[in-house]
Amino acid sequence: MKEISCKLLVIGAGPGGYVCAIRAGQLGVDTVIVEAGKPGGTCLNVGCIPSKALIHAAEEFEKVSDMAGGNSPLGISVTAPTLDLARTVAWKDGIVSRLNSGVAGLLKKAGVKTVHGWATFRDGKTVAVETETGSQVIRAETIVIATGSAPVDLSFLPFGGPVISSTEALALSEVPKKLAVVGGGYIGLELGMAFAKMGAKVTVVEALPRVLAQYDAELTRPVVKRLTALGIEVMLGAKAKGLSTKGDALLVETSDGKSAKVAADKILVTVGRKPVTEGWGLEQIDLDRTGKFIRIDEQCRTSMRGIFAIGDVTGEPMLAHRAMAQGEMVAEIVAGHKRSWDKRAIPAVCFTDPELVTAGLSPEEAKALGGEIKIGMFPFAANGRAMTKLGEDGFVRVIARADNHLVLGIQAVGQGVSELAAAFGLALEMSARLEDIAGTIHAHPTQGEGFQEAALKALGHALHI
Amino acid sequence: MGEHIIKLPDVGEGVAEAELVEWHVKIGDIVREDTVLAAVMTDKATVEIPSPVDGEILWLGAEIGDTVAIGSPIVRLKVAGEGNAKPQGGEVEAVAAEPPAKLPTPKPEAAGPTAKTSPKASVAEVKPAPVISKSSGQTSVSGAPRPEGEKPLASPAVRLRAKEAGIDLRQVAGSGPAGRIGHEDIEAFLSRGPQVAKASGLARNDAIQDIKVVGLRRKIAEKMSLSKSRIPHITYVEEIDVTALEDLRAALNKEKRPGMERPKLTLLPFLMRAMVKAISDQPNLNSLFDDEAGIIHQHGGIHIGIAAQTPSGLVVPVVKHAEARDIWDCGAEIVRLAEAAKSGTATRDELSGSTITITSLGAMGGVATTPVINHPEVAIIGVNKMMVRPVWDGTQFIPRKMMNLSSSFDHRVIDGWNAAVFIQRIKALLETPALIFVD
Repeated sequence: MKEISCKLLVIGAGPGGYVCAIRAGQLGVDTVIVEAGKPGGTCLNVGCIPSKALIHAAEEFEKVSDMAGGNSPLGISVTAPTLDLARTVAWKDGIVSRLNSGVAGLLKKAGVKTVHGWATFRDGKTVAVETETGSQVIRAETIVIATGSAPVDLSFLPFGGPVISSTEALALSEVPKKLAVVGGGYIGLELGMAFAKMGAKVTVVEALPRVLAQYDAELTRPVVKRLTALGIEVMLGAKAKGLSTKGDALLVETSDGKSAKVAADKILVTVGRKPVTEGWGLEQIDLDRTGKFIRIDEQCRTSMRGIFAIGDVTGEPMLAHRAMAQGEMVAEIVAGHKRSWDKRAIPAVCFTDPELVTAGLSPEEAKALGGEIKIGMFPFAANGRAMTKLGEDGFVRVIARADNHLVLGIQAVGQGVSELAAAFGLALEMSARLEDIAGTIHAHPTQGEGFQEAALKALGHALHI
Repeated sequence: MGEHIIKLPDVGEGVAEAELVEWHVKIGDIVREDTVLAAVMTDKATVEIPSPVDGEILWLGAEIGDTVAIGSPIVRLKVAGEGNAKPQGGEVEAVAAEPPAKLPTPKPEAAGPTAKTSPKASVAEVKPAPVISKSSGQTSVSGAPRPEGEKPLASPAVRLRAKEAGIDLRQVAGSGPAGRIGHEDIEAFLSRGPQVAKASGLARNDAIQDIKVVGLRRKIAEKMSLSKSRIPHITYVEEIDVTALEDLRAALNKEKRPGMERPKLTLLPFLMRAMVKAISDQPNLNSLFDDEAGIIHQHGGIHIGIAAQTPSGLVVPVVKHAEARDIWDCGAEIVRLAEAAKSGTATRDELSGSTITITSLGAMGGVATTPVINHPEVAIIGVNKMMVRPVWDGTQFIPRKMMNLSSSFDHRVIDGWNAAVFIQRIKALLETPALIFVD
């Protein structure tokens, strides 16, 4: 096949890669993007989007199931609902597929050439792509590595049979009666809670002494409470040991050292994600690493001139919106603009029930800076809108410097609080002080009022508490 | 309790004024008798003013750099007993309030535009002034306006603009709350300095430090201006082969005579003796030129000033009557005067009265210099660094110890020809040093 030459080659069409390619195309850079699967990467195909679809379906199903119990405080009663998971998954696949073609369309509109196939580096300027019709060699002045990440598997519990990763969990045709989740991080809890709501008996096995260990205990308390309410059994300090011989149970070593068996139709392993650094010829170009990840500087440049890396392959936090921001920045750098990474906050959301959102520093991190800090917390129990949604659990918390009231971090836990990420991120990027948030009119009645009240609380004059 | 007023004492014959160069005390200090209160400087010498009594400093009558007339009150002391001041009353207050009789040194802040405007107008003008100066003071903040390691506060739009303009936001002071940088701060920063701050660790330093030129530095400045503005200099540079002279000097320094204290000879005593010889042929070079009167004072005595660096600046101690001193005597006198000058104990007499000057920077002497004549003299001999250079002897290059003399002359009274003859004579004497010692 005839060799292609281009200014910019992007390897991987996940959120980082496709955003990079679209932006580069907009800026008139001759761009080619290579993707072996469908455009959109983990996020769109087997991550953020499909999981949220499933979580929403589970939430709706649980609400109706509650109503069917006849005890709904809303006064609604219905007959017992049923769930056809195959249809749910088909609906979810429809959304994914619409978004797939959306991304493909955006790439095309931006003038980006898409090559379908698996790319392998030949050298720092040349990549060979195995396409359906043969090998395609692409030469590029600049290459962006956006190969993403993949679920970590456990050697004693390899994927296959009843052992599944999040990818398979999102494509099940029926709800497992008993689901064991190995790993109580955000992916395990998001999916575990969704399946519990859909009727599965869920057991979470976590090696650490608490779930959602990346967040502080105060923030995760409402989630832990909800896990119990949903009948999810959580085994803390417990280690998964393997599959039972019959393949119908997970072998566990409990926190007190005893062996236990957790009966399970499916075992979902969500113990983290690892960068995809194999299979595409990294050994040909020998880039410097930081741990497992590719080392980058503040412009996402790798140790080799003309090669950038973005997204999960470059390290934590492995979040789609971080990759997108990096991709946009790199495209602009390639187009000759002066850019470097100077973001103040990468908000993170967790779609458990209730939801979690964090931006900036946690209380511990803020204290570690050494200066005096102020913390203001406002509970949704005192928020009118939260009451009307049956979502009184949770709070908004604002952390600021005591000397100049500069906001350092904002967290919230509660129903639907993921949407507050926009306000939190903006406040931090704009270098807001407590007075700025307190002085902004927040529409009533919304849960967002909790943000303003938390700032007022930190200033010592909250109005509604 | 009484008050004792200390007046500036007579610090030297014929001295009517002195410049205050240093206060050793401040108001409120307790001093004992003989505690040094201040240092004043006359034409050449610095004199310390001791306290004649015990007491507490109430008032200081001059600022550093002020020229004070002899007899003006400079310090008021609170002392036990009566003191020398008149009893408490309006008269003492008047003395206290009045500054010492300063000589009319022009003070820029004293005369100003306010003097011309009517009092009313000046009041109106003065009012907004502090506001203006405050705001201009704010924009002039430079360097790192926040503690190291702290990120500058700015919105993404401001950060992007800074990035594109190549501005390091760490160098920009923010006028917003908590030091937040806005678009207007970027504009102010850009209008202040068109040259873009580099993104590297190098930072611009816009600080200006005002250093008052006082004391010896002021004297030197005045002297140099006078010399360079009044005297048309001609500078003549010639190289001297000092190989033979160096051999002789080494031999003399090696020779030890029991019972005789002899200084280690440098090159300068030989040069001085050569100058004495050359001046006997051209006596007009040993002159002081009073250009206002139009008279050249041609001196018989050859008083050679030796420009010397001291911690506080340049001074010129003088070897008097070099014509009457032999090599050893010249050497000893140079050593003695250099010590005195460096330790600050040189008397006014030892620091004045030269008729011709030598300037030498020793090992720092360089290849050539353009010496400035010590006004009102007419010649100055500059000694450059000695080094071994290849010299063509007609058949081959041979290593010789060579040294340049860079000398300046007052071209109004010394023609270039005469200057050259003078230096060539010195060259001949130094190259064949035996000639220095024969008549």
